[in-house]
Amino acid sequence: MILRLASQSLMARALTVGMTILAIALSVGLFLGVEKVRTGARASFADTISGTDLIVGARSGSVQLLLYSVFRIGNATNNVTWESYQDIAARPQVDWIVPISLGDSHRQFRVMGTTPAFFDHYQYRGGRSLDIAEGHGLDDLYDAVIGADVAATLGYAVGDPIIVSHGLASFTDHTDQPFRVAGIIAKTGTPVDRTVIVTLQAIEAIHVDWQNGGNTGRSTPVDVIRQMDLTPTAITAALVGVESRLQIFGLQRWINEYPEEPLLAVLPGVALQELWQIVGIAETALIGVSALVVVTALIGMMAMIFSSLNERRREMAIWRAMGARPATILGLLVTEAVLMAALGGALGLILLYVSLFVGQPWIDAAFGIWLPIAPPTLREAWVLGIVMVAAAVVSLFPAIRAYRLSLADGMMVRI
Amino acid sequence: MTVPALALTDVTFTWPGQGGFTLNCPAFQIAQGQSVLLLGASGSGKSTLLSLVCGIATAQSGQVMVDGNDLGALRAGARDRLRAERIGVIFQQFNLLPYARVIDNILLPLRFAPGRRARTGDPRAEAARLCAALGLPVDVLTTQAGRLSVGQQQRVAVARALIGAPALIVADEPTSALDAATQGNFLDLLFDQVTRAGSTLLMVSHDERLGQRFDRVIRLEEIIKTQRTAA
Repeated sequence: MILRLASQSLMARALTVGMTILAIALSVGLFLGVEKVRTGARASFADTISGTDLIVGARSGSVQLLLYSVFRIGNATNNVTWESYQDIAARPQVDWIVPISLGDSHRQFRVMGTTPAFFDHYQYRGGRSLDIAEGHGLDDLYDAVIGADVAATLGYAVGDPIIVSHGLASFTDHTDQPFRVAGIIAKTGTPVDRTVIVTLQAIEAIHVDWQNGGNTGRSTPVDVIRQMDLTPTAITAALVGVESRLQIFGLQRWINEYPEEPLLAVLPGVALQELWQIVGIAETALIGVSALVVVTALIGMMAMIFSSLNERRREMAIWRAMGARPATILGLLVTEAVLMAALGGALGLILLYVSLFVGQPWIDAAFGIWLPIAPPTLREAWVLGIVMVAAAVVSLFPAIRAYRLSLADGMMVRI
Repeated sequence: MTVPALALTDVTFTWPGQGGFTLNCPAFQIAQGQSVLLLGASGSGKSTLLSLVCGIATAQSGQVMVDGNDLGALRAGARDRLRAERIGVIFQQFNLLPYARVIDNILLPLRFAPGRRARTGDPRAEAARLCAALGLPVDVLTTQAGRLSVGQQQRVAVARALIGAPALIVADEPTSALDAATQGNFLDLLFDQVTRAGSTLLMVSHDERLGQRFDRVIRLEEIIKTQRTAA
């Protein structure tokens, strides 16, 4: 009966109570949303590469190597010579090795030179392989296979010409050697979606007339280039698979101690862990801020209860006259606060799912983060529970004031 | 010999804090089933007296007995319980929780008084009977209390005070918010139901014209002395 009266009392003050509940709902929705994005981003990152045992690049930081080779974030500080690459490829432990050459771009997308073996060995999301949805793979020197986002953003279809730009965000184009869209890869939710893939030889070919990063001004005809030896002198990084997982560390040590040139081999999982440690600080800050928003909403509720106390003194006097103890009045106010928090929390959860449904495709397109829509977990239940407990604690302050007031007023309100 | 419904002996009480309002009541008794009108202007200490009778305030010395129970000997929780069990209260106005339905308002004291609830039998039926006897419309029980007229609200307050037939009904100027025509009618209904329940009625008012209906009419200054001491 107290619960019913408490909810009726809330309904009688629908406007202010509604505002308070809305504030709680928004803050809870935000908090849970941040949590979803955080775990979603982690899962997306972790899903980006699988099946690769080692990533090899010039010596730098393992996070940096992971970022530029797999996520196309940042740049390599140095290259790996073709000789080193071949030495690694010749190691008995190596099952397969795929070279990667980065540095050019097409519009806002990066161009990656590699071998057709990339399509056989690159795996994502727990062992899924790339699937060429339209067209075919890299058959010709000037074939380009593009990711789903590249095709969607630039409106490319198989057969369309592509001009690769020199460097990143540059104004010089390799106009003399146009590529042709040979295939479009089905959406993966990884950086591959935003990559233009060409052969390693093609990267070499478009730089025939370039030396030390500058255009020599000559323009070698395409049919001459086709006759040239286009073996690259250097690559950016390489993805390696080993014969047996037991050999990973042996090979890693061998590469890291390679005497001819400073190299770095990292395990993708370990590098990701390091990345989390760096990102973790920002994540903690983000969670802290969104938790503070929840606290703010609860303090708003406390202020609302405080300000309602004066006009409710009459009501408290009635309760007292009917035989209610001051503790009952305290309980009534705390019950109201918990009810508001529960409603706010439930509304926040609904808000979260609505925005997930609405925002999921957009976030995927804009950031490449796929937020799974799953039923609420125990974790969310905990959050809602804690919000309700916090509401009860916060409401104790006005409730204790009401307790004191009702002791002083008794049944007679002297206003 | 039956115990009096209410007995105050050598009671002194001073409100805590500044203001220094002190009340003395050497002796005052009401027998079971009597109806008593206390006449007093506002500021004469009647609110304080009612607080003492209802066990909201506790006398610093002396004895307040309600239906044979010494309030001073009880702890705060037990006094609240006693009030719920033995006393029905009617205020001047704003008696009801405006957001709650009439039925919930009437049944509210029973929530805190298991004995009184048990005595009532079927509380909902009794609430309906009281409303009907007090001339309230049939559908009033499910109406929100705040939607009723002042006169109707006062009658609902009577129903609430009388449900479970508590020993003592305390009414604080229950008619002052009503116009002259409805006052008489209201008092008729109140007396009918108080008599039927066999309860004792203590009403406080400043209106001497109400006097002829009561067994006893007492001026407040005859039984209590108040004094204000400068803070």
